[in-house]
Amino acid sequence: MKVLVKSLLGAVALAGLSLPAHAETTLTIPLVNNSDLIRMQKLSDDFTAKNPDIKINWVTLEENVLRQKLTTDIATKGGQFDVLTIGTYEVPIWGKKGWLLPLDKLGADYDVDDLLPAIRGGLSVDGKLYASPFYGESSMVMYRKDLMDKAGLKMPDAPTWDFIREAADKMTDKAGEVYGICLRGKAGWGENMAFLTATANSFGARWFDEKWEPQFNTPEWKKALDFYLSMMKADGPPGAAANGFNENLALFGAGKCGMWIDATVAASFVTDPKQSKVFDKVGFALAPDNGLGKRGNWLWAWSLAVPAGSQKTEAAQKFIAWATSKQYAALVASKEGWANVPPGTRTSLYNNPDYLKAAPFAKMTIDSINSADPLHPTVKPVPYTGVQFVAIPEFQGIANDVGQDFSGALAGTMTGDAALAAAQASTEAAMKKAGYIK
Amino acid sequence: MALKQSMGKRVGMSAAAWLIGFLIFFPILWTFLTSFKSELDAFAIPPKFLFFHWTAENYAEVQSRSNYLLFAYNSIVLSVGANIVGLIIAVPAAWSMAFVPTKRTKDVLMWMLSTKMMPGVGVLVPIYLLFRDFHLLDNRLGIGFVLLMMNLPILIWMLYTYFKEIPVDILEAARMDGASLMNEIVYVLTPMAIPGIASTMLLAVILSWNEAFWTLNLTTSNAAPLTAFIASYSAPEGLFWAKLSAASTLAIAPILILGWFSQKQLVRGLTFGAVK
Amino acid sequence: MATQQTRVAGRLLVAPSVILLFLWMIVPLAMTLYFSTLRYSLLDSDNVSFVFLQNYGYFLSDPNFFSALVNTLVLVGSVLVISVVGGILVALLMDQPIFGQSFVRLMVIAPFFVMPTVSALVWKNLLMNPVSGLFAWIAHSLGLPAIDWFTNWPMLSVILIVSWQWLPFASLILLTALQSFDEEQKEAATLDGAGAIPFFFYLVLPHIARAITVVILIETIFLLSVFAEILVTTAGGPGVATTNIAFLVYKQALLNFDVGGASAGGIVAVVLANIVAIFLMRIVGKNLES
Repeated sequence: MKVLVKSLLGAVALAGLSLPAHAETTLTIPLVNNSDLIRMQKLSDDFTAKNPDIKINWVTLEENVLRQKLTTDIATKGGQFDVLTIGTYEVPIWGKKGWLLPLDKLGADYDVDDLLPAIRGGLSVDGKLYASPFYGESSMVMYRKDLMDKAGLKMPDAPTWDFIREAADKMTDKAGEVYGICLRGKAGWGENMAFLTATANSFGARWFDEKWEPQFNTPEWKKALDFYLSMMKADGPPGAAANGFNENLALFGAGKCGMWIDATVAASFVTDPKQSKVFDKVGFALAPDNGLGKRGNWLWAWSLAVPAGSQKTEAAQKFIAWATSKQYAALVASKEGWANVPPGTRTSLYNNPDYLKAAPFAKMTIDSINSADPLHPTVKPVPYTGVQFVAIPEFQGIANDVGQDFSGALAGTMTGDAALAAAQASTEAAMKKAGYIK
Repeated sequence: MALKQSMGKRVGMSAAAWLIGFLIFFPILWTFLTSFKSELDAFAIPPKFLFFHWTAENYAEVQSRSNYLLFAYNSIVLSVGANIVGLIIAVPAAWSMAFVPTKRTKDVLMWMLSTKMMPGVGVLVPIYLLFRDFHLLDNRLGIGFVLLMMNLPILIWMLYTYFKEIPVDILEAARMDGASLMNEIVYVLTPMAIPGIASTMLLAVILSWNEAFWTLNLTTSNAAPLTAFIASYSAPEGLFWAKLSAASTLAIAPILILGWFSQKQLVRGLTFGAVK
Repeated sequence: MATQQTRVAGRLLVAPSVILLFLWMIVPLAMTLYFSTLRYSLLDSDNVSFVFLQNYGYFLSDPNFFSALVNTLVLVGSVLVISVVGGILVALLMDQPIFGQSFVRLMVIAPFFVMPTVSALVWKNLLMNPVSGLFAWIAHSLGLPAIDWFTNWPMLSVILIVSWQWLPFASLILLTALQSFDEEQKEAATLDGAGAIPFFFYLVLPHIARAITVVILIETIFLLSVFAEILVTTAGGPGVATTNIAFLVYKQALLNFDVGGASAGGIVAVVLANIVAIFLMRIVGKNLES
């Protein structure tokens, strides 16, 4: 009986397509090994059941390795992948180069206008969408409510940097191994520089002026870096210069941090009893500001795109439409609960009362994302886009070098001023080499 | 009296050896224990040594997420295969260098080693382009060839040094008896050099097993060995200690077992080779 | 006493290895030389232009280049000393008639089975973390302050991790060499009443000298190109305290995607490595004569 129904359905489907039966298509899809994407891999039976002629070959890798492989492959036109998992940094650059295909066959159900405007803007080039966001994130303050009470303070929804400093000082109890503030210190454009660039925005600093002159010699950068260094020195954990996202997550989850400013996606980890000892004591607030009109939060979205030159674009777009659709969100909700739906991409999710009820961090996440503006990231005008990065190909290299200097300053191997001077010199040299400045 | 003293000495030596062995092994033991912890226990202070809630959930997670057997199969085929081919090429070469040296032998040896000094990252793009054009990306033959070339100088070098220890008279005696060159290498030289060949092979297999630069960059899925398997568990957003430990345990297990067996082989070979 | 015939056979038997390795060396080397004269960023691969020696200029005039050179030598030198001296001691101990010898031996070589990234991750987070690592806990239990490894002793930390990985290699090679040491010779020396220390220096050490040479040369090659451990633990920092040449090239190639710069760096690294190799040959090469 079942077989009969299946073959009938198959016949109907074939008739509907009015095309000869396709040979089976195999999509090779690389994924970052983050939990939302892993969940998608697990739920992909839903997709292959609906598209029996498509098979998927998953390649899950850690972020650094994945970026190496994808960049090498796409730049040499190796053709190893049919769908790309890339971030808001790569999309505009690769899109402009013609390495990605515009996504124009996502289907009627996709509802492109439902995408959050900040995210959509970050993934479009000249108004065309080049990647579909899978999950989006910003950064925010996570803090321990119990320690805040003990310090006799109350965290406002939108704190200033001065308040953060005061709170960090009061929460710190080094003998009891409680550190008021945990921040990224490990060198790298996606590590400490993501945090510091976003922070510098809120201090009124910028990477480049309108003529692409590096700005590390400005008082704004000095103020931002000095603030970071002095707060970390007074209230940060030991070994901070080697800490990235995961190290801080472990510290915060073990109850060693009073506050932690990092990716919004961390909220689901620190409130998970399986991963955090302080799951019931965490509060959230917007990333701090200095009253200059910009907050120190970033914007990132892991997104799916189709490489130019792929032979399987139709199947690839079908897959992307499935993985980033509202229906996928509903699928996750039905299987694993609303709290596990990939956050930060669609307005409709944040209008969904079920989601708002299940995810206590939802409001703060959406407010954070909405307050980031990749097209106008800084107080003063800049010639680039991107909040915690500058969307030019040279940025990774430049920011890695600057990140090393700043990480050195945090470890105490050089002064903040020396780090800024070194950053200014190396950035200037690189921008000259790349031909931005004469 | 003498027996008693040597017994006491033996116990003392054994205790020292076990202690040092344990200290060296400890990080691996710790990884193994961590693989049975929950993510929170993995980070607990004070650390939990044996009394924690043992769970196999990490292995279940790894099992459900990746095709471990395919990765392990690739690792075994690549590291063993490449080095067997390597030995077939290297044994004759090392024989010739050890027993029929020319003035340039040392230079050639040095040059062979120097081919390994090119930092892999520096030549990634050229190699990637070549592999793309020859359709060797994600191909066992392609990555196997790379592993072969990486280890060949080491194989030759180590075999050369072991062969040097073998008195040339024995080989010449065999030659006088009318043994062909082939027979000389296969039936006279090789058995005497078994401990050397065994430890060379073991080391070369381990080096290939752990080679994480080329294997990661030149394979995607069909030919991907355990290094790629590990890369899908290291450093995601979120706590990953226990899961990474489980994945690492799985990645180390086959070669540890192989090491165990070749150990025995090594020791047996020694009694063979001791007939000088 | 090689005959003409065996001499010819000798040449023939070396040929496959030499030809293969020559191709394996010359093709990438030629391509790298070519790429090193280009302004070629993977992220901007449509904009390739010939810049002659500019990439070399940038690489060599990088203020971090010199410190990377020093760091490379420090790293290689320290790990060599630790693993050779430690390896000899461990091998001597393993060579004694101890209980459960093969099990102990397996424990000793086990670290060599662990992939570099994994061992770096384990050491950094489970052992050396100043707040939640095992070492910190041990220090606290003894009433001492925890050591902040990667901030205050970054190079030492990297050296420790890398030594842990290479000590087993040295131990195994040296043990194999020791075990081929003639039993009769050993007994004769014992009967002569030679003290343990002169026995070691006059008999054992010369016997394993060639094995030590092998360990030093092979380890040097691998140690010159260590980068995974650095990337995982310190990312070359703080500042450039743990940036070696290999990491500098790695950064150019796969963090900055600058193919031209990385190729130039690769060529520089090859030249430097060969200088080190020649130097090493002078010091230890005579052990290869017999």
